[in-house]
Amino acid sequence: MTATRIAAVDTTARTSALASLRRVRAGRRRRHLVGCIVLAVLLVSVFVVALCIGDRVYSPVDVVRVVLGDQVAGASFTVGRLRLPRAIIAVLVGASFGLGGIVFQTLLRNGLAAPDIIGVTSGASASAVFGILVLGWAGTPVSILAVIGGVLVSMGIFAASYNHGLSTTRLVLIGIAVAAMFTGLISYMLLRGNMYDVQSAMRWLTGSLDGAFWGDVPGLTVSFVVLTPLLAILASRLRVLQLGDLTATALGVRVNATRLGIIVVAVCLISVATSVTGPIAFVAFLAGPIAVRIIGSTAALVPSALVGALLVLVGDFVGSHLLPIAYPVGTVTGVVGGVYLLVLLARSTRSGGFL
Amino acid sequence: MTTQLASSVASRPLTRVPARRSRTVRVATLIIGVAALAASVIVSVAIGSREIPPSEVLDALFGRGDPLVVAAVESRIPRTVLAIAVGAALSLSGAAMQGLTRNPLAEPGILGITSGAALAVVLGIVYAGVSTAFGYIWFALAGSAAAAVLVYLLGSAGGRRATPLRLTLAGAATAAVLLSAVRFVLLPRAQSLQAFEQWQVGGVGGAKWDSLATLAPLFLVGLVLVFASARGLDAIALGDDTAKALGQRVGVVRLVAGIGAILLCATATALAGPIIFVGLLIPHAARLIVGADYRWVLGFCLVWGGTILVLADVLGRVVTRPSDIAVGIVTTVVGAPLFILLVRRQKVREV
Repeated sequence: MTATRIAAVDTTARTSALASLRRVRAGRRRRHLVGCIVLAVLLVSVFVVALCIGDRVYSPVDVVRVVLGDQVAGASFTVGRLRLPRAIIAVLVGASFGLGGIVFQTLLRNGLAAPDIIGVTSGASASAVFGILVLGWAGTPVSILAVIGGVLVSMGIFAASYNHGLSTTRLVLIGIAVAAMFTGLISYMLLRGNMYDVQSAMRWLTGSLDGAFWGDVPGLTVSFVVLTPLLAILASRLRVLQLGDLTATALGVRVNATRLGIIVVAVCLISVATSVTGPIAFVAFLAGPIAVRIIGSTAALVPSALVGALLVLVGDFVGSHLLPIAYPVGTVTGVVGGVYLLVLLARSTRSGGFL
Repeated sequence: MTTQLASSVASRPLTRVPARRSRTVRVATLIIGVAALAASVIVSVAIGSREIPPSEVLDALFGRGDPLVVAAVESRIPRTVLAIAVGAALSLSGAAMQGLTRNPLAEPGILGITSGAALAVVLGIVYAGVSTAFGYIWFALAGSAAAAVLVYLLGSAGGRRATPLRLTLAGAATAAVLLSAVRFVLLPRAQSLQAFEQWQVGGVGGAKWDSLATLAPLFLVGLVLVFASARGLDAIALGDDTAKALGQRVGVVRLVAGIGAILLCATATALAGPIIFVGLLIPHAARLIVGADYRWVLGFCLVWGGTILVLADVLGRVVTRPSDIAVGIVTTVVGAPLFILLVRRQKVREV
């Protein structure tokens, strides 16, 4: 009699616990969905504004007509040839940085371990500067060189930190050292190069959309379309990896292989983006944490990509139109990064922990 | 009693440290160091990017011979002195920072402290019209101190201990932000930008006697402060509680050593620009060879830091003759692989 009652109570308790768990999960999913929709709407509106406003302002109607392929006097050139590729590249590059950033931060379980901090972009930067200053190249060859350099150097960093398994501590420390080394080499090349080339190299190093043109769009789009689904498939195991290596292994995830796969894809994504615009400071660093704050859960790939795209688009808009002197987008996002770091400080002294 | 305790327990640094070295090894290291320093000075004066036979160098030292040669040789002397001072200052500063944070990877360059100096100097140049080394130094000092505090707070954010990894990441992130800020200020000012790039690679080529002389007092004060805190740092290596039990005032030691370390690295940075890895690798070599006792570690840094930087500078002059590579670039390119070896060899304590 008592035993039955206890069992009954036990069952109700269990069902109510399950129900509340379901409720929490549904709530989280809803917040995720709403967050994504809000970010997407925001991105589209900023995109349209970026197309409309510049030295000359065109109405959204004109812009839409240009995008659909109509000939509009004046707007066809300014919007169709200049602003549209710039905005598209901003979105793709921003999304790539955002994705790369959140993947690294989640994988290395540290909000400060963004790809540009731990040396992943340093190889791409150094080889691009080498291409521009030493080989005298420009345009697509520089981009290809940057991708190759970026991937090779990142793989070098991982190989150097692989020693009976991949230690994230080692990876971060070695990455920082490698980044320092390539910064030294870049400075050396900058001092040696001739004035004109140095300026174009500097603009590239700061991360700028000034050189954005239609020719960059196809390659960037193809790599984005190919790499992002790959990353999404691999990253579904990211949440399991977050539980720790032992737990993940017990749950049947091949930890090292998965981690390596994710890193390779993320590095390719970042290197391709870097090769087009240069390393745009702190987009990869900021996108993830901002997205997490909006969505309220970790390892949010889609929102991070959206936030990354927004950061680059808004940063470029602010840099080219709202400041007294035109700044490249990388300088604007760099300053935003500084502000974020201070916020992080202020917050963490109270609560502790980020990501 | 205190002495024995302090030197018998290693500070759990990255490199495995022998508890205690025999006095002979220590004294021998110092004597060899002084000899090496003297030899490196001779090498540095004799060898430069311009090839001059030894006999002519000797003549030039007494003001005889081709005026061009005399000028070249004479410019090598302040350059050598500066390299010694900077090398010693950075090594001592690194050793003190590692001691007071009990963090084996602490180093002014890696922790982004030199970037703080860089930003402050740039602000000084652009907004306050500063143009002399004596003017730079105050900005460099303020910037270094601010960056040091910022990085330490960021690394130990949320009441967690500042582990090597967290502190290093905080330093790298801060450095990146500060560099962005520098670019933000300099980008519309093309001329200052080039001057900054020149300074930023870290070189001793532009050494002048008057700027050396004006900054010498600060360097000496830093030196005294760091050496004065050697015993305190030994005690701190045992942990704060033990240090207190041994009668050390932990806060005071940290403050004195910290001010000394910042004075040294700010002076070095104001004179030669940011030079990294020296402050990290020399103290580690020191612990490996003379043991964990800070008085000996600091002595080693003083002698060998200067020697190594002079030799790195000579290397930079020779590799791409007739032009030369700034010593800051040499130390990063040579230092990074050594740093990687250090990290690989040892099991770094976890996040």
